[in-house]
Amino acid sequence: MNLNSMQEIVSLARREGKKFWEVVLETDMENREVSRYESMEKMAQTWHAMLEASQVYTGERRSASGLVGGQGKLMYDYAAAGKCIGGEFMGQVIGEALAMGESNACMRRIVAAPTAGACGVMPAVLIPLYWRENIPEEKMVEAMYVASGIGAVIAYRACISGAAGGCQAEIGSASAMAAGALVYLKGGNKDVMCHAVAMALKNLLGLACDPVAGLVEVPCVKRNVIGAVNAIAAADMALAGIESRIPVDEVIDAMGEVGRRLPVELRETALGGLAATPTGRAVKKRLHGNRGKKKRTLTIKDARWKLEKPAEEASEAPVEGETVPAT
Amino acid sequence: MIDIFDIMGPIMVGPSSSHTAGAVRIGRMARTLLREEPVKADIHLHGSFAGTGVGHGTDKALVAGLLGMAPDNLDIPNSFEIARERGLDFTFDEVDLREVHPNSVLMDLTGDRGGRLSIRASSTGGGRIRVDELDGVEVSFTGDYNTLIIQNMDKQGNLSEVTTALSLAQVNVANMSLHRSSKGGNVMMIIETDDPVPDAIVQLIENRPGILQVIHYRKED
Ligand code: SF4
Repeated sequence: MNLNSMQEIVSLARREGKKFWEVVLETDMENREVSRYESMEKMAQTWHAMLEASQVYTGERRSASGLVGGQGKLMYDYAAAGKCIGGEFMGQVIGEALAMGESNACMRRIVAAPTAGACGVMPAVLIPLYWRENIPEEKMVEAMYVASGIGAVIAYRACISGAAGGCQAEIGSASAMAAGALVYLKGGNKDVMCHAVAMALKNLLGLACDPVAGLVEVPCVKRNVIGAVNAIAAADMALAGIESRIPVDEVIDAMGEVGRRLPVELRETALGGLAATPTGRAVKKRLHGNRGKKKRTLTIKDARWKLEKPAEEASEAPVEGETVPAT
Repeated sequence: MIDIFDIMGPIMVGPSSSHTAGAVRIGRMARTLLREEPVKADIHLHGSFAGTGVGHGTDKALVAGLLGMAPDNLDIPNSFEIARERGLDFTFDEVDLREVHPNSVLMDLTGDRGGRLSIRASSTGGGRIRVDELDGVEVSFTGDYNTLIIQNMDKQGNLSEVTTALSLAQVNVANMSLHRSSKGGNVMMIIETDDPVPDAIVQLIENRPGILQVIHYRKED
């Protein structure tokens, strides 16, 4: 089986009386030449790495640029105080998304899903539900296969990197994967799952990738929140019986097409969108101000170079046109 | 065929699969190819590695890899301090390597037994890497396979000796390429295999006349 089309996976699963996740599992066994046990063991480790990343979060760290850190903690505290407009559960989802995005920016261990920048979406929907509903471990691992299969189809038909297709390809794909996993955990059938995936991706179509100073910090951390909240909304809509009028594979193709048409300034080059705002440019100048002036040789003691440069000293060097891709 | 664990994964220390995880893997690959504990590393960052490298921890990641850490090691952010404790002296600068991949690095390494290696490598996305140059010879391999790097004096028959040895050990060759430095002279053979090559076979190849050095890189999960 090639994971090339949602429709094909669903039909094959139906024909053979299998679950969607089993088809994905068997494809992995075939592809990597591993046993069922080996594959499931690896997926369980991946799930545990997500859980652990969530549990070790304290909110105390700050990213290299100082732009990111502590937002998840603020949200958790606010939700715990019962103030969250969307209720405590939604507060936890938002907090989890921020905490993971932040952990990534602060060089903590995360699971890229499908990318490091979008690493908060999957755990943000899975972990609060796992705790609230006491879902068995095996079921969580199965949901991870569902999400992986969806991601593989998106990667095949469209793309999953900001450089190739903008943020719709990262946060959008993560949101679609999460929506599918949620439907599975809630007992929806395969058609319902396809509608949820389609709706989640549709809602984020066209989203630009515009990281300030080229770093996976602003807006990436907070974009994980919209990915997670959108996944929940799409899953709920699908479970309520609402259908996507455009079939899921066509939606994925459309995402790929929109991605190809996005100007290069909005595909991770940090030359457009939020990165090109006056504030975005000022941040870039502060961080990379002395770049390109002259090549310097550095030793251990001054290896923290650019970051400790005072802003005034750095600001005289105009930096234009340098592209700074980062995944 | 897409590996689902490239979609749900890798498990890594952030923030960037190309600028952080890939950089760790490059450092680790360099350490393996040096075959000694590195004591000195001059690291030259090119393109986007120079541009956003510090913000992404590329510098720390490269040093962490040189120290033998894997991309999910939580000590990556502390690699500079650990390098100091372990006696690895390193420098960074920015270079323009011209027509190379935007995420490239050139490293000049010295090991604790005096061995030296110059390696240029690039981070090609999603944490995957490619070695582009070894000691001035342009090569191309990714570490996605077990890899033999054989340096030999351009002698007739070496290639067939190597392939015979591998087939005797029933090791399947996936890819094979020959590289010559522009200055002429020695040849570098890169052989990627499905299974790891047994140590005895590596020894056997290394002992053949005309073969200068054999390095075996074992694929990592
Ligand atoms: S803005 Fe770009 S770098 Fe940030 S999460 Fe979205 S796709 Fe990734």
